[in-house]
Amino acid sequence: MPESPVGNDIEIKNISKAFGEFAALKDVSLNVKRGERVVVCGPSGSGKSTLIRCINGLESHEEGSITVDGILLNHKTKSLEQIRSRVGMVFQQFNLFPHLTVLENITLGPIRSKKVTQEQANVRAMGYLERVKIPEQAYKYPRQLSGGQQQRVAIARSLCMEPKILLFDEPTSALDPEMISEVLEVMIELAETGMTMICVTHEMGFARRVADKMVFMDQGRIVEMAPPTKFFDSPDTDRCKTFLKQILHH
Amino acid sequence: MKKLSVLLFLTLFLSGCSDNWGWYVVNPYNKSGWVNLKFLISGYYFTLLLSFTSILISVAVGLLVALPGLSKNPWLRKFNRVYVEIVRSVPILVLILWVYYGLPPMTGLEINVFWAGVVALALSDSAFQAEIFRAGIQSIDKGQYEASHSISLNYRDTMRFVILPQAIRRILPALGNQLVYMLKMSSLVSVIGMQELTRKANELVVTEYRPLEIYTILVLEYLALILVVSAGVRWLERRLKSDERV
Ligand SMILES: Nc1ncnc2c1ncn2[C@@H]1O[C@H](COP(=O)(O)OP(=O)(O)OP(=O)(O)O)[C@@H](O)[C@H]1O
Ligand SMILES: [Mg+2]
Repeated sequence: MPESPVGNDIEIKNISKAFGEFAALKDVSLNVKRGERVVVCGPSGSGKSTLIRCINGLESHEEGSITVDGILLNHKTKSLEQIRSRVGMVFQQFNLFPHLTVLENITLGPIRSKKVTQEQANVRAMGYLERVKIPEQAYKYPRQLSGGQQQRVAIARSLCMEPKILLFDEPTSALDPEMISEVLEVMIELAETGMTMICVTHEMGFARRVADKMVFMDQGRIVEMAPPTKFFDSPDTDRCKTFLKQILHH
Repeated sequence: MKKLSVLLFLTLFLSGCSDNWGWYVVNPYNKSGWVNLKFLISGYYFTLLLSFTSILISVAVGLLVALPGLSKNPWLRKFNRVYVEIVRSVPILVLILWVYYGLPPMTGLEINVFWAGVVALALSDSAFQAEIFRAGIQSIDKGQYEASHSISLNYRDTMRFVILPQAIRRILPALGNQLVYMLKMSSLVSVIGMQELTRKANELVVTEYRPLEIYTILVLEYLALILVVSAGVRWLERRLKSDERV
């Protein structure tokens, strides 16, 4: 996968986004290369979620342009469909379907949108459940699993769509501390396969380990963007320094 | 079970007062009483057929009216509001009369008593169903739509496989109430001559002049019906809950 000609998987050019009067994103630009891992951090309300939700069309941007895998995101149904099938997303609250078993959660997408048979989907789903290390939970309902297990199911559900790009929005923030590492472990393994990833997270150990590029946002802008070594050791802005000091002290 | 035994006791008690009452009119142990009783009970057929046909149609129509009410498009939302407000403000009895006597000359269509009843009941109930569905669907967390979106489900599949199965579980008690309500409202269709429970009782009263006994039987008939249906709805609720784990 990473051997293909290195282009940009995601090109975000000068986008802005307002909720009513409030500007959540102001003139944001970001390029993500194929196979690149980007970690986004910043204080609450800085627009991190809004930014990555724009990438798969969960939010619409007002100015600028977003191109995903060469497809311009213009909120026509066609481009949205094409982009959705290339971009997976993992949410802070897992958002599993409570009325379906783990296996059904994972196979629903492939069966409905990729024209895969039930058996093929089941085989594929079991494969991904092994990858997130919970194949034995396949026939349980989400409610019967721990938070960490639920988030791993959510990751398997995204993977089963075989996306090129995965977006993570604070995937470990709703978890009890003892479950954070099991989810991060899965994400690290995923990063090693060469998947293009954008992660909003404050897990700085994880960031140091997998990130190719760190992005720091504040008040709707990207304030700092650098490789992790530079980012953690000598950030340019004071705001970023203060922020890092705060979260690393926790 | 307790309610049923009270019911039985009540009947026996009442039949004990046969001096002042004329229970012979529905006494199963004499021939004409048995014929009368069978006549009354046979009204269940159309009461049930009418109510269940109507509720099936009104649920379908209600869902179709609820969906535009949840749209981002203001015109679709307007359509939903106008439909609900208009239909809700017409009394069922008036609707029944209008559909039976007004619709055929207006449209040139012939409509028999049964279908006139179904159309009127279903129409009237659909406005309530639409509101129930709208509330039920709105109660589903936004994250469920976002997750569906992120695994590339289109609108139809999102509704069919993710939102509605959850919404229907939540609104089941309300749907059960609507069914009970429908069973009771179906008695109004007797005014246009539908041979259901109420109409049968009315006809028997005209020939036998024993309104007290016959209407008492009618009350008991509805009571038994509603008790059984409510128990059925509760059973269904429990069954769906047990595999929901929400
Ligand atoms: N649907 C919305 N309507 C109105 N305002 C919104 C909406 N979504 C987000 N906002 C506002 O936009 C700003 C950016 O929100 P966003 O969720 O992107 O922040 P964030 O960086 O992800 O914060 P957090 O760390 O708390 O998740 C916030 O001030 C938020 O209140
Ligand atoms: Mg956020």
